[in-house]
Amino acid sequence: MKKEKKKKVKNQNHTLPLLAMISPTVIWLFLFLVISLVYIIVISFMTKGPFGTIKWMPSLQSYIDFLNPVYLKVFRKSVEIAALTTVFCLLVSYPFAMALSKTTGKKKMLFMILLVLPFWINGLIRLNGWVNILRETGILNSLLMKIGLQPINFMYTDGAIVFGMVYAFLPFMVLPINNSLSKMDPALLEAASDLGAKKFRTFCRVTLPLSIPGIFSGTIQTFIPSLGAFYIADIMGGGNTMLLGNLIKNQFTSARNWPSGAAFSVVLIVFTLIVMKLYNKVGNPEDLV
Amino acid sequence: MKAAAKAGKEKKNGYGYDLIAYTVYAFLYLPILIVIIYSFNKSEINVNFTGFTLDWYKELFSKDRDLWQALKTSLLLASYSTIISCVIGTFATIAMHRYRFPGKQIIENLLYIPIVIPEIVIGIAFLATMSMFGINMSMTTLVISHVTFCVPFVIFTLRPRISGFDASIEEAAMDLGANQWHTLKRVTIPMLVPGIIASALMSFTLSIDDVTISFFAAGPENTTLPIKIYGMVRGKISPDVYGQCVIIMLGTIALVAAAMLILSANARRTKRIQSN
Repeated sequence: MKKEKKKKVKNQNHTLPLLAMISPTVIWLFLFLVISLVYIIVISFMTKGPFGTIKWMPSLQSYIDFLNPVYLKVFRKSVEIAALTTVFCLLVSYPFAMALSKTTGKKKMLFMILLVLPFWINGLIRLNGWVNILRETGILNSLLMKIGLQPINFMYTDGAIVFGMVYAFLPFMVLPINNSLSKMDPALLEAASDLGAKKFRTFCRVTLPLSIPGIFSGTIQTFIPSLGAFYIADIMGGGNTMLLGNLIKNQFTSARNWPSGAAFSVVLIVFTLIVMKLYNKVGNPEDLV
Repeated sequence: MKAAAKAGKEKKNGYGYDLIAYTVYAFLYLPILIVIIYSFNKSEINVNFTGFTLDWYKELFSKDRDLWQALKTSLLLASYSTIISCVIGTFATIAMHRYRFPGKQIIENLLYIPIVIPEIVIGIAFLATMSMFGINMSMTTLVISHVTFCVPFVIFTLRPRISGFDASIEEAAMDLGANQWHTLKRVTIPMLVPGIIASALMSFTLSIDDVTISFFAAGPENTTLPIKIYGMVRGKISPDVYGQCVIIMLGTIALVAAAMLILSANARRTKRIQSN
């Protein structure tokens, strides 16, 4: 049957419809994505000219600049914060995704809507809500003072940045884990318990291994955006902590050193590609979306 | 007896899961609650709730606040980007599902770029290229940049749906003499409509909340709402911004509720027709 269909499609001329359907997307991505990424790579090997211009003279200066300990520290800090964000997201998301996957029917629908709804409210305003709670004269500290405790400085620390990132990226960890947990056949759990496995053992031997694709996919979807999210570091870190995203943004805006901004972007691209390469070894790229 | 005990135990576990779920929802919604409360707060410094007032809402509507202009820009941008990405994305999905052709794997890899590479790099690269060609940032460049990151999501949302299709329906149409275009128009696309709606929602959501790419692709004339708020959020936010957020929130909830009512009414009607 399948063969027959393939034959039928082949009999008709399909070059024209194929081109008509696929070329808008391909041309679009080529023009506005591929060319611009190639351009970034090219200018990263050029020299900085005066007043934010680019001098078309090949040099490795921007990459040598990156080896400056100040920038290397920024890079290390970004990776650390992204890693911490991912770990905390995973710790919060896993039990939550299990709770989601246990619900059914109307309640499940409500739970899913409640998970996506905050996205339609500006993310910066939601972060600002946290700022109002956590800042020095904020709600949490005034509560602490009311019960006779010393106010604590929560804001403008690395911890606050991680907190903000966990808040912003949590659904990206929850959704893929929930997906792989929901796909799991409940009969497997029954079988394990019929065979006498305790809850914990069933979890370790059945549930956890089956949800690995979701965990990997969620890890990628929180780790990579956390590397570049300059606005969260701005709001929660108050400009005290510079991450790779802030650094790149500054090179292009205030410092006006495009070649070095481009070189730092290339470093970020290469690092991302290495992470993806590792991911492809353990996971399936199709689980990413 | 044993079964009853087991059921009771499961119930208890159920409460445990509910507790986890409600805790996480509290974490997600607490700052939103604060925003709502502060939009009615008399004190502008915002620490303590000093009294109920509607002054911020008055201010929001009285002054010619550029907040509304920014919201309009955001809504227009999200609509244009959603329409363009859904149209070109749907056709690309169908083509990639239906045909085998050289270079397919390259396109496949191309689609993963906007998903795996941090947004800031894509935004920066876009800005650099546009300035190389001497193109000023405008609504057009904003739409172009947003479509670039929305299209892959459209394609990846549609793909599992199209591969779940029964190919024999398309075959039947062709056997009955429909040409490829007719089959596409009368059979394939109508069957894809639920998927297209899902991917449209996805694009709209991604576009309307985007900070990073808009930051680089927006001209001074077309500030989107997130960019406008990004400009304020590092300093002091005036409470009428919270007020606008509350209004947007109410609008969104009304839309979601309306959509769900329509969906369930449709489902009921289909059921009735089927039972008849």
